[in-house]
Order: sequence, then C-alpha cells, then structure tokens
Amino acid sequence: MLEVKGLTKTFGALRATDAVDLEVQEGETLAVIGPNGAGKTTLISQLAGNLRPDAGRIRFAGEDITSLSAPQRSRKGLARSFQITSVYPEFSALDNVALAVQAHAGHSFRFWREARSDPALIEPARRMLDDVGLSERTNVLAANLAHGEQRQLEVAMALATRPRLLLLDEPMAGMGIEESQRMIAFLATLKRRQTIVLVEHDMDAVFRLADRIAVLVYGRVIATDSPEKIKMNEEVRRAYLGEDA
Amino acid sequence: MLVLLALPPLVIALGQPFYLDLVRRIMILAIAAVSLNLILGYGGLVSFGHAAYLGIGAYAVGILGFYGVTNGWIQWAVAITASALVALAIGAVSIRTSGIYFIMITLAFTQMLYYLGISIAEFGGDDGMRLNAKSQFAGLVDLNDPVAFYYVVLLLMLLAVFLTYKIVKSRFGMVLRATKSNEARSRAIGFSPYPYRLAAFVIAGAMCGLAGALYANHTNYITPGLMSWQQSGDIMFMVILGGMASTAGPVLGAFALLLVEDLLSGWTQHWQVILGPLLILSVIFFRRGLAGVLYKPDA
Repeated sequence: MLEVKGLTKTFGALRATDAVDLEVQEGETLAVIGPNGAGKTTLISQLAGNLRPDAGRIRFAGEDITSLSAPQRSRKGLARSFQITSVYPEFSALDNVALAVQAHAGHSFRFWREARSDPALIEPARRMLDDVGLSERTNVLAANLAHGEQRQLEVAMALATRPRLLLLDEPMAGMGIEESQRMIAFLATLKRRQTIVLVEHDMDAVFRLADRIAVLVYGRVIATDSPEKIKMNEEVRRAYLGEDA
Repeated sequence: MLVLLALPPLVIALGQPFYLDLVRRIMILAIAAVSLNLILGYGGLVSFGHAAYLGIGAYAVGILGFYGVTNGWIQWAVAITASALVALAIGAVSIRTSGIYFIMITLAFTQMLYYLGISIAEFGGDDGMRLNAKSQFAGLVDLNDPVAFYYVVLLLMLLAVFLTYKIVKSRFGMVLRATKSNEARSRAIGFSPYPYRLAAFVIAGAMCGLAGALYANHTNYITPGLMSWQQSGDIMFMVILGGMASTAGPVLGAFALLLVEDLLSGWTQHWQVILGPLLILSVIFFRRGLAGVLYKPDA
C-alpha cells in the first residue's frame, strides 16, 4: 500500500530523516515509535505532503506520490491527524466533519445551495461523529470541545475523507487516562478495516494496536518487526526502552 | 431597511434632497464594502487595493460614454467584466503570497492603476473626466431621476448582500471560510485553497466594479482618486467597523463611517482629527463590529 525508499530530510546539520525505508501492507497497523526528536513528526509530514523530502521516493497504492501536494495526496486517499490539535475552532463539530466529507465529494465550486442543509454532507458527517463517540456534541463549536474531544474530532475528520491510509500523529497526546483508553478502544475497532500508520509515545497503546513496529532513532529506522520481537530487540532496548543491556 | 425604503418620499416632503444624495452615495460604497467582505471577512484575504475595482467600474462607464456608448446594459456589463478580469490578473499573482506580502502586492497593483489613471491625458489625467450622460436604460428606468436612481442603488445593494449571503453558506463559501480558519487543516483534508480564493477574489472584484459603475453615475465625474489607497482604506474600514464575517455588517459600517464623517465635517474643518480616534475606539470596543452588537455572527 505504502512504500518508502531512501527518504531523507535535513534541517541544516540535522538529519531528521535519514535514508528511511518503510513498507505498509494493506490492512495492517504500523506503529512508528522513537524518543523525542527522533523525527517521527517530520516523517509523517513527508508522507502527508506537508514537507518535501530532500531525497527518496514515496509510493502509494502503486503510484509515485513524492511530488504531489498535501491536498492531492488527501484526494488519493491519504489522511492525517496532527500532533498538535488542528480543527476549525469557529465551526461546530458537525461542520468540521462535513467539510472533510465535502473535500472528497467533487469540486466545491457550488455557489448557491446551502451546504449545511445538504444531506449528502451532513449525514455521513453525523455517522462519523457517532462512530467516534461525539454524537452528543455535534453542534458544539470545536473551540469549546474538551481537548480529548477535539482529538476525537480530528480522527473523525480524517476518517470522513474515507482514506485508504490513515496517518495518526500521536492521537493520544495530552489526553487523560480515561480518554486515552477510549481512543485506543476506538482505534482497535478500525483494525483490519483500515490501514494505519500510528506515531505514538504511549507504549501501552502501541503494543495493543500495532501489527508491526518501526523504531526510529535520530532519523534512522533501527528496527521494524512484530511487537514481541521489538520488545526483545537488544538495540531497541538500549536506544529507546531505556534499559542498560 | 424600511427606513431606506421610506426615505425618498420623506426627504422630498421635508425639502432636503441632499440627504437622498448622501444616502445613495453611502449605499454605493456599501456595495463595495460588501464585496470586500467576501474576501476579507470570509476569506481572510486582506486586500488593501479594493478601490481598484471601484475605479475600473467607474472608468468603464466614463470611457464608453466618451466614445458615445451610453447604453447602460453594455456599460455596466463592461464595468463588471473588466473588473473581474483585472481581479483575475491581480489575484492570480497576489494570492500566491500571504500575510503582509499579500497586503502590499494588492496595494501596489492598485497604485499602478491609480498612476495609470493620472497619466492618461485623454481621459482627463489627474483632473478626471466628466460623464456626459448617465447610463441609459431606455424605457426601464431613468437615472436622471434622483428617486429612481436611489431605488436602483438600494435594490442592487440588497442584491449584493443577498448574493454574498448565499455564497458564504454554499459549499464554495464553506471552503473559503475553512481555509481562512485553518489552512493547514484544509490542505490536509484535501482542499487546495488557491482556486477557491481566486474565484472569491474575482467575484468580489466584479461586484465592486458594479459599485464603480454606479459611482460614476452618482457623481457624473470620475477621478483617479477613486483608486487611491485612502479609498481602499475607507472601504476596508467600513468592513471592519461594520463587522467582518456578517453579510450585512459592511452596510452598517458604510453608514456609520460616512454619516459620522458627514456630521463631523459639517461641524469642523478638522473632522479627521476627531474621526481617527473614534475609529480606533470603535475597533477596540466593538471587536466583532457593529453587527456584533446587534446579533452574534457565526464563523
């Protein structure tokens, strides 16, 4: 589904992404873990098209998408959530999701009919809010949602674009324990149905959700393997899990 | 609105036709403000050159009249089309930039047009040009009749507000407002902001071009000053004062600004000294504009 080869991005002397190779199979959840500053968000941003790599290729669904912009990639079926919550604060939760639906319902050069009363946008948006557990909050402005709810909203927006691949950048960041548990449970329901690349700090979440784990340290992938093998991997433990070998 | 409808018979009964003239001028500029609001209030595009289209619309009428074309349909259609085309050209370049660069580029383009107006001697140059005859709408309406002209302007102003209202609530409008609210998010869900912003810029230019055509008929005299940066600033101020992101707000802003201006200038020569601080205070205390005092505008 997704194939990354030799991806490299430098900021001055810093190699934020260093010849990264990755492969994501259809239906699997690949977690990308690594210490702070390992380049996880930089990697996601290159996959989503927000950052241009210095070298390397990205192939998605059999097509080279390296030179496509973020909106183009989104329309091809790549959706992302942001580590720092990014919603439309002045719009209701329903509007937020309806906009995501609209973005994938053909062009928007339609000037007359009111978008908010268009069932083709509103109904899928409502269903998506139900799915993520925000059905009671549809008309609340996104700015007035609790932090955890905004994260749920973001996932709903990403899903509303009906992506073939979902890129989640620390979806549990800043959440309380209870909220995290709910989010993990929800993401677990997506497994198999949805191909996911998950960047996450929370090891509990990673080991519960991931089919495979890629470990990123100083911009390099030092290991990619099943969760069990990653737990046992000496190099990973030294670099990341904080144990002396 | 009822006040505006009832105004002509009232002022004529009172023998004060001057006010008809004043309100007509305000309503014409209100159309310009409504059009700017589409891109400024809803699109977040701080165009500091919106007076360009006022000038193009006015000059379209003036120049066609100069060559003997007085048919109003043709004049106004040319005014709207020319403004739209210029907006397309200016927008195509300036919308690639953002923030302060966008403000400066739109200002620069309008200054170019302003100096062009000054330099073309055939059309009056610096002194401006006289409109020999008002736009002709044979059999339908005679703009020489001040009351008829007043109602034409009122109708077009209401139409401009209605059109803007429809647009901002449509799918197109939602994209425009979304890209203003959060551009990164919009790109991430698959909207390319550029074509939508450009389309809005062209619509706003066309609408303002119509205001320009009306303005030429209103004053019977067209000067490059119509394209000055002060004029752009005035229009922008009407929008901010009236309330961005509310469709009727700019109309309130136009009335508030120009009525206060009229009041103060009748009172003292140095009215600008008073108007300036008043404007600053109004921006500080009415964060959402005058419209925000009356009702709560949505996003």
